[in-house]
Parts: sequence; C-alpha cells; structure tokens
Amino acid sequence: MSIQVSGLTKIYGEQKAVDAISLNINKGEIVGFLGPNGAGKSTTMKMLTCYIPPTSGSAIVAGFDILKEPLKVKSKVGYLPESNPLYFDMYVREYLDFIGGINGVKNRKAKINDLIEQTGLGKESNKQIGQLSKGYKQRVGLAQALMNDPEVLILDEPTSGLDPNQLVEIRKLIKTIGQEKTVMLSTHIMQEVEQMCDRVLIINNGKLVADEKVKTLSENNVGQYLVEVIFTQAVESVKLINEEVAIFEKKSDRHYILAGTNREIISELIFKVSVADGNPIYELKNLKRDLETVFRDITKN
Amino acid sequence: MFFSSVIAYLSMAIFFVVMALNLWVFPGNILESGYATLESFFLFAPWVLIFLIPALTMRLLSEEYNQGTLEIIATQSIKDIQIVLGKYFSALFIWALTLLPTLIYFWCITRLDVDAAPADSGAIIGSYIGLFLLGAAFTAISLFASAISKNQVTAFLIGVLLCYLFYNAFYQLSQLDAFIGKWDYIIQSIGMGAHYEALSRGVVDTRDLIYFLSLIMVFTLLSKISLESRKW
Repeated sequence: MSIQVSGLTKIYGEQKAVDAISLNINKGEIVGFLGPNGAGKSTTMKMLTCYIPPTSGSAIVAGFDILKEPLKVKSKVGYLPESNPLYFDMYVREYLDFIGGINGVKNRKAKINDLIEQTGLGKESNKQIGQLSKGYKQRVGLAQALMNDPEVLILDEPTSGLDPNQLVEIRKLIKTIGQEKTVMLSTHIMQEVEQMCDRVLIINNGKLVADEKVKTLSENNVGQYLVEVIFTQAVESVKLINEEVAIFEKKSDRHYILAGTNREIISELIFKVSVADGNPIYELKNLKRDLETVFRDITKN
Repeated sequence: MFFSSVIAYLSMAIFFVVMALNLWVFPGNILESGYATLESFFLFAPWVLIFLIPALTMRLLSEEYNQGTLEIIATQSIKDIQIVLGKYFSALFIWALTLLPTLIYFWCITRLDVDAAPADSGAIIGSYIGLFLLGAAFTAISLFASAISKNQVTAFLIGVLLCYLFYNAFYQLSQLDAFIGKWDYIIQSIGMGAHYEALSRGVVDTRDLIYFLSLIMVFTLLSKISLESRKW
C-alpha cells in the first residue's frame, strides 16, 4: 500500500475543506483525483506531501506517517504543486541541481541528464526557465518532482493550461512514469482520467463521494441504462412509456433517449412500437454514460 | 539565487561607490581633514545599510510565498528551519562580499602619510567587526520582514522601519527627559547603536557580541515561526 489515508480532516476557521477522507492507493496504481474547484483536492494533496498538517486524522505515505516522520515522507514523495511554481530566473539545469542538492542526491549530474532525457527537455535544457513554453515548464516541474527518485508521485493538475499537443505529450509522459511509480493526480478533465487512470476518486465539498475503477464507473450506469433511438417518422411519446421504461430526453418527435433498468426491455418496447406503427428504426444506440455525466450526477448535490 | 539576478552585484557596487564618494571625494573627506581615520565611513555606513539590506533581502521569502515556490522547497526533505537558515546565510554571504571591497579604504589610509594622527588599526578592526555584526543583525531583521509579507515592497518598508527602530530609535527614545538619568542606559542598550559604538572604540566586549548574536537568533527564530504559520 503506497498511500493509506484514514479520517483525514482539514478545517480552515469554520469551513471544513477536507472532511474525514479515508482511502487507499496500491503500489503502482495511477489514480485520478477528481472534483469541482474548491472541493478539497489541493488541500488533501498538501497534507499528503507534508506541506500543511491535517486538523485531525492521519495518513501513511510510502510507508511513513505524515505526522511522525514528515522528512522521510518528503524524501519518498515527488510533488508537483498546483499551477507549477518555478524559479523563472534559474536555468533548467541549475534548478534541477538546486533541487537535487537540497535532497542530497548523489551523482547529480548523471541524474539530471537522465531526467532531461526522460522528460524530453533535451533541446531546452540550457535555457532559463522563464523563457520556456508552458508545456516545457510542466516538464521541468515533473523533472523536479522526479529528482529524488520518489516511490509516490503526487501531481496537482499536471495538465492544466496546456494546448492539445502538449496535453497529449504530458499525459504520455505521466503514463510512462506511472509504470514504475504510484501516481495520484488531480484534474478536471474526464477524458484524462479515462485515458490515464486505473481508478478514480471523486471528492465533493471535502467528502469522498466515489472510489471506483474507471471501467466500472463508466459502464455501470448507476442502475440506469440509456438507449438513444431515432425513428423514420414521428412517434407519440406516450407509446414509448410503460412501467419499466421512461423517456429520459425528447430531442424531436422522432428522436428520443429512453431510460430503464434493463436494456432488453427497452429494446423490446422500441421494436414493438416500430412494428405496430410500421415505422422503421432509423438509428439505435446504447449510450455509454461517460465519466463526465457520472461526475456531474455525483457532484451536483 | 542571488547570483542569477543583478541584485547582489548592484548592492555591492552601490555600497562601494557611495562609501568611496563619501570618504574620498565629497566635501569634508579624509584628504581634506588630514586625519587618517575611517570614522565618517563607520558613521555613514549604517544609514546606507538601513536601506540597502532590506532591499537585498526583501525577496527572500516574500517571493517564495508570492510565486508559490515555497511549496516546492517546503516539500523537499528538509525542515523549515533549514530553509530560513539557508536564506539567512546566503544573504549574510552577500553582505560579507559587499563589505569586503571596502577593506581597500583601510589599506589606503594606512598608506597615507599623516604625521599628526596615523591610522588606529585597533579601532578600525573593532569598527569592522561592529559593522559586520550590525549588517548581520539588519539581515536577520529584514529576513523576518520578508517572512511576514507576501509583497516585496511591504517587506522592504517593514525592514527599513525595523532596522531604523533598532539602530537609532531606542537611542533617541533614551534621550527623552522622562528617561534621562533613570532608564536611559537600559533603553539605549536595547538598540544597536550603543553596541555598535562600543565596538567601534576598538574594544571587543563579549556583551556586545552576545547582544548582536542574540538579536540575530531572535529574528531568525521569528522568521521560522512566521514561515510555519501556514500550518496553523
């Protein structure tokens, strides 16, 4: 177990930023940490990286308690804070050397060269950080997080503000890194979770509201199946309703999205209506609820 | 950190040039007075430092807060006190480098052929120790100013104010009628002025050394406490 959190709580004044969160992350997993802005994602990550202490509760990260042995936790964790703060005055190599120096990394020169190659910074490695594009700054941030050869990587919105090309590259990079390390990353982008993560944790108002495998979450329709159907001609809505099937959305008089607890029953009804009216089915589609819908359903209070 | 920007070089250059002008060129300079003494240097230097050192250190922690880079260094495997000490000693190093070239003045006046009053090396060495400690204390004070503010300009102004208070205000306060003859000595000794003066007479008294060192420790500790306030 790489991260074990139990009852972690952070209270700012009156407000509970993080409310008794408990979760486990296994070694080698890539876990997406989702939630609307202000849900408590960053606060949780700050506590796990020993930047701020929790009000109550505890966590064990990479085998060490965040309250009892923060230095050991910090030496095993690589952290990319939100909005990727960097020293813009410094040169890329100078910065990595500085971070390596703080951590007492041996063979620093070789390590820096490895990281520059791994993160694809090659061409830009002799520039000042302030001159780099956002995508390359993100790579510098990642290289920084990897400097101490961490077991656990905690990345707070590693892809925010990147253009589509940079997005793809950074995701690929994180996925490669994730093969050897435990990764916890926060994001707003659902496709990112679908593409990169094994598991998704959804947090809302400081509470953990979902902890599911990405596959389960997108396939399991929370007890509800959706079927989209387009008939050739108009159909009266009433005909498409019975005890087990309801209209989820009417898009036009021949285009409906039907909802029910059983996929077969929905199809059966559609077929009956089609045959009875002599109205051929133009298009029929099983809707896979994407994470976006799931996320909205779960977090919309 | 300092060397990747011009701030360090600029502060060294400013100090050296301003001091040289005051000592050798402006009216009332050494060459006119005919005394081989650096007294005017040691009188004027603290007033320059009241502004120069806060300018040098205002970024140290304010900038870390402002840019969010504190989160990077505070999550490396080091303690907060190490961050503060690292900042303090790097600033102290720059201050030492700033002071170093002015030893040329010392060398110059020992070379002056003045029959009336040859250079008093003892007093000058004492003064140098005093001035170095004064700058070291100013550095600790302005580091604290930087630790309590996200804004560099605020940090600078607070730094200047605190440096002034500790250097001169306690002395001025002790001269109020209400304190004269009763409390004036105690109030004076809270300020740096009296201790600096004592050292510049060439008498290195442990009490003065302890005073400066404890002032430095107190403000370094306050900086650490301020840095840790994120945890409350």
